[in-house]
Amino acid sequence: MALLQKNSNMYLTLVRLRRNRLAILGLLIMGALILIAIFAPWLAPYDFATQDLISAFETPSWEHPLGTDDFGRDILSRIIYGARVSLQVGVLAVFIAMVSGGTLGAIAGYYGGRIDGVIMRVMDVLLSIPQILLAIAIAAALGPGLLNLTIAVGIAALPTFARVVRGAVLSIVGQEYIEAAHCMGASDAWIIIRHILPNCSAPIIVQSTLRVAQAILAAAALSFLGLGIQPPFPEWGGMLSGARGYVRDYAYMTIFPGLAIMITIMALNFLGDGLRDAMDPKMKR
Amino acid sequence: MTRFLLRRILAMIPVCLGVTFLLFSLLYVTPGDPARLVLGEEATEESLQEFRREHYLDRPLLTRYGLFIYNTVVHQDMGRSYMTRRPVTGEIANTFPVTLNLASGSIVLATVMGLAFGIICAVKQYSIFDNITMVIAMLGISTPLFYLGILLILWFSVQLQWVPSSGFDSLSQRLLPWITLSATSMSIITRMTRSSMLEVIRSDYVRTARAKGQTERVVILKHALRNALIPIITIVGIQFGHLLGGAILTESVFSIPGMGRLAVDAIKARDYPIVQGAVLYIAMAYVVINLLVDLLYAWVDPKLRTQCR
Repeated sequence: MALLQKNSNMYLTLVRLRRNRLAILGLLIMGALILIAIFAPWLAPYDFATQDLISAFETPSWEHPLGTDDFGRDILSRIIYGARVSLQVGVLAVFIAMVSGGTLGAIAGYYGGRIDGVIMRVMDVLLSIPQILLAIAIAAALGPGLLNLTIAVGIAALPTFARVVRGAVLSIVGQEYIEAAHCMGASDAWIIIRHILPNCSAPIIVQSTLRVAQAILAAAALSFLGLGIQPPFPEWGGMLSGARGYVRDYAYMTIFPGLAIMITIMALNFLGDGLRDAMDPKMKR
Repeated sequence: MTRFLLRRILAMIPVCLGVTFLLFSLLYVTPGDPARLVLGEEATEESLQEFRREHYLDRPLLTRYGLFIYNTVVHQDMGRSYMTRRPVTGEIANTFPVTLNLASGSIVLATVMGLAFGIICAVKQYSIFDNITMVIAMLGISTPLFYLGILLILWFSVQLQWVPSSGFDSLSQRLLPWITLSATSMSIITRMTRSSMLEVIRSDYVRTARAKGQTERVVILKHALRNALIPIITIVGIQFGHLLGGAILTESVFSIPGMGRLAVDAIKARDYPIVQGAVLYIAMAYVVINLLVDLLYAWVDPKLRTQCR
């Protein structure tokens, strides 16, 4: 934090964020999850795909802390590897949505008029289908797989970003310093990138954090419906879906993957809420 | 008011056209040959060709789209399912009420409970009730509904054996799906009601109402709640839309024969006519709900009424 100037906006935001205990908890959990995802091969006691039918349906024990599934695969190892998939899909999908949706929103807000009309009507169409259904249709069109799942979730989240960025741009575009930049002969692209976007980064950052949670949920839901990551590759939603048939006799199989999703979503929500409170200058200090 | 309504209903037409066109384009690029899937691996090339010709699958995208719009608008005919050969309109008529019942039951539950919890939390801010409710609400927002559904089945169907774990005919069968689908929305509405109420509860006119000697009940329910209602209605409207999406997952968890499951199964089976019909209906329901929310605004906020003309 020493790198930041004492009274810069970023510094004040971080100071305010540090006072929010839940946000810090969320940050710590996310940090741990990222480390788990990176070091999965070293942390996981077993391989995620090795089947061992003799030790199938084993309840949690010292050997298999979270038990084994219907193919005798170690559930803890699969959850650890699953963190990779979920985080990757969540972050990448939001990145896709942010870049493409943000660009569209910035163009719509900056130019206004007919361009704005066309872009936002298309976004209205995308928003008039429930996001999960849109993601299902896109995932089906692209076929199964990690990248396709990411793209499907990303496109489904795109219109929200377009709206948020457009709103933020509209609130800035009429201000004097934008006019001043015009007068100095700056190009449109330069004004948007250099002057407008940095000044509306707060809602974009908040929206992104909360959206990663949504994207992870959507990806898990698609896998749950059998349209996302295909087995044997471990995905939390897919693991839940596979375990569902055994809920009567082997309940532990469903408990842990769901818990993993829940903790991740909660951590991101804490962090997103904390960021929103810390970045909103209207909030009481 | 009539002009506002008319304008909004007319604005639905391009949205519906856009949704169907988007869907047609998506299905057009979707891999998998419906003819092969329906007729099986042993089908001869002639029968495959025959199937494609019969369902216009050999025509270009725009022609197919044009034919769909023409048949839907002029003949109210959305074609027949490739799989069951039954008319799409019939399949939708069978499943749409189920999904609508699921979603509206859930939104009623979410709104009533959310309002009640939110108001109590705001009135008794920082009490034990408030703290516990806020923790549960946070859990509700973070739990994926398909996980919650499985957990509820585990507790109430498998262990306690109070209610059946699937179906949607009797009240006991509907209870778990309603709770599952409403949990997230209920949490969000509770939080929104609490913060919205907290904002108005300290305002001058609430103090005036108290100073006049109004009972606490009238102050909270009439003076405060009415003014806190606008942001709450927005959230309820947004949540109702989300519930239509969530219904797809709920129907899958509880094996409910609704439209969400119809659509997902049809997408997997490349049963294009069913997909088109189901998604069009869901999108239309979505748009109509948004319209109703806007009308509700006008009813709650007289200031907005003049703008709606």
